[in-house]
Amino acid sequence: MRNPAGKREPGSQADLRLPRSFVERGIGSVLLVCAAVSVVVTIGIILTLLKETIGFFQRVSFKEFFFDTQWTPLFSNKHFGIWPLIAGTALTSFFAMLTAIPLGLMSAVYLSEYAPERIRKALKPSLEVLAGIPTVVYGYFALTFVTPLLQKVIPGLAGFNAISPGIVMGIMITPIVASLSEDAIYSVPLSLREAALALGGSRLRTTFRVVIPTAFSGIVASFILGMSRAIGETMIVTIAAGQQPRFTLDPRVPIETMTAYIVQVSLGDTPHGTIEYSTIFAVGMLLFLITLVFNLIAHFMKKRFLRGVL
Amino acid sequence: MNKNMEEHYRSPREFDFSGIKPEEAIITTDNVQAWFHKTIALKGISLPIARGKVTAIIGPSGCGKSTFIRTLNRMHEVVPGAGLRGRVLFEGQDIYSPEVNPIVVRKKIGMVFQKPNPFPMMSIRQNVASGFLLQGIRSDHLDEKVEYYLRQAALWDEVKDDLGKPGSSLSGGQQQRLCIARALAIEPSVLLMDEPCSALDPIATARIEDLIHSLRGRYTIVIVTHNMQQAARVADYTAFFYLGEVIEYNRTDTLFKNPANKQTEDYITGRFG
Repeated sequence: MRNPAGKREPGSQADLRLPRSFVERGIGSVLLVCAAVSVVVTIGIILTLLKETIGFFQRVSFKEFFFDTQWTPLFSNKHFGIWPLIAGTALTSFFAMLTAIPLGLMSAVYLSEYAPERIRKALKPSLEVLAGIPTVVYGYFALTFVTPLLQKVIPGLAGFNAISPGIVMGIMITPIVASLSEDAIYSVPLSLREAALALGGSRLRTTFRVVIPTAFSGIVASFILGMSRAIGETMIVTIAAGQQPRFTLDPRVPIETMTAYIVQVSLGDTPHGTIEYSTIFAVGMLLFLITLVFNLIAHFMKKRFLRGVL
Repeated sequence: MNKNMEEHYRSPREFDFSGIKPEEAIITTDNVQAWFHKTIALKGISLPIARGKVTAIIGPSGCGKSTFIRTLNRMHEVVPGAGLRGRVLFEGQDIYSPEVNPIVVRKKIGMVFQKPNPFPMMSIRQNVASGFLLQGIRSDHLDEKVEYYLRQAALWDEVKDDLGKPGSSLSGGQQQRLCIARALAIEPSVLLMDEPCSALDPIATARIEDLIHSLRGRYTIVIVTHNMQQAARVADYTAFFYLGEVIEYNRTDTLFKNPANKQTEDYITGRFG
């Protein structure tokens, strides 16, 4: 340890040399290598995706991929229209967000504005436990519990559908939305709450007229990150949504999401190098791009929020 | 807690030389004791605040002056762990009696804070009107009202062309005057100011002081300040606080020229604090 400056004897010349140990000098490079691994792997994944995707589009035209409305690469009459998979993903994600946004935002408001400090400290980590449950458990929870329950209320609900896995996915995402929104809400300066209260604002109006609008872009960032989790979530929709690519916005019937399709092909005995095989890379690439865009939007919203508050 | 408070309870003694008659007081505090968790901030304050006058609260850091004015509009209880005993009579009614709604109290007794805190996501216009929004009042003639209160706060000429700009785009002194306009717009009869100039430069400070002079008479103003010259310039009455107690309360000129208490004299002559 270096001596605190104050302890130096007056008049003596300061000794600024401090031999740096080997470990001290080496540790930087070791840490750099560790950090670089994830970057290199990410680049590797993108390159693989890109290579296979290019291979796919050499055999299937953009036009067919984006304008056909049928997705049947595993049948003899092959169609490569991506829309049924996008529709499936959009449907399940929609129900996920329909669940996660109100639940997450209200939890965040409760935790930050209403909960006593002790409850806040106990509740926040336990909420995050929800995010630690294996998704396969959620998947079977959707299939064997939520779906039968919903079938009693929603007429014509198939055993596999978009609503039930969507809702369960929303429950899984709620902690993410709640935790990130809570961070945004909690970081709204106390002085603004005091200003609002001193103007005769009730607690509810202070929360909804001042605190939430101030934290708005941070809250929206949490929604978008949750959304990108929903789009990328795989296990729940594979188990409970069915595996029938269908170009529909009817949430009651079996559908297939982009992620579930990738699982379906990966689990089968599709040989390397075939067109069926390369479809999963094209779908994977699209998935990657969509979540990337969402994450970037969330990132900029968050930055804007921080700039606005500080 | 109660036991602690008993120990710290101070028997009333002569410190109030203000000569404010009961009928002249808009607020009278009666043995107000306040604490945060186990830390006692106020040890029994009994003060009359004269209607339509400017009252300054001075004293060294930590003497309880900010806590005191926050007890006057029930903002003290907003802080976690805050507690209070005693009575604060506003127009003869105890604002701490159980049937009183703190929101109504705060509509009548407005507040301006140490650090200018305009709402960052609202425009200048919306900031002035934010009290209506927060109270759920639909207000007619909003534009006239916004202009009127911005004029009251001596800010209109500087911002009249930029009413749509965010409140946070203004300079610190302008932001503070915006906060004053916002506080005046809810039409309080008392305005509490908690060191309103401590974050401002001398020119901005002078403008706020001019503003206080122009509001005198129409509003009762209680201003906390660490700046004794400021108290001497703006206030009719001054209370000197020390360690959670009022040491001396008098007309400002007398308090500064002829303090009755040795501690007051030491403080205003700069011997401590």
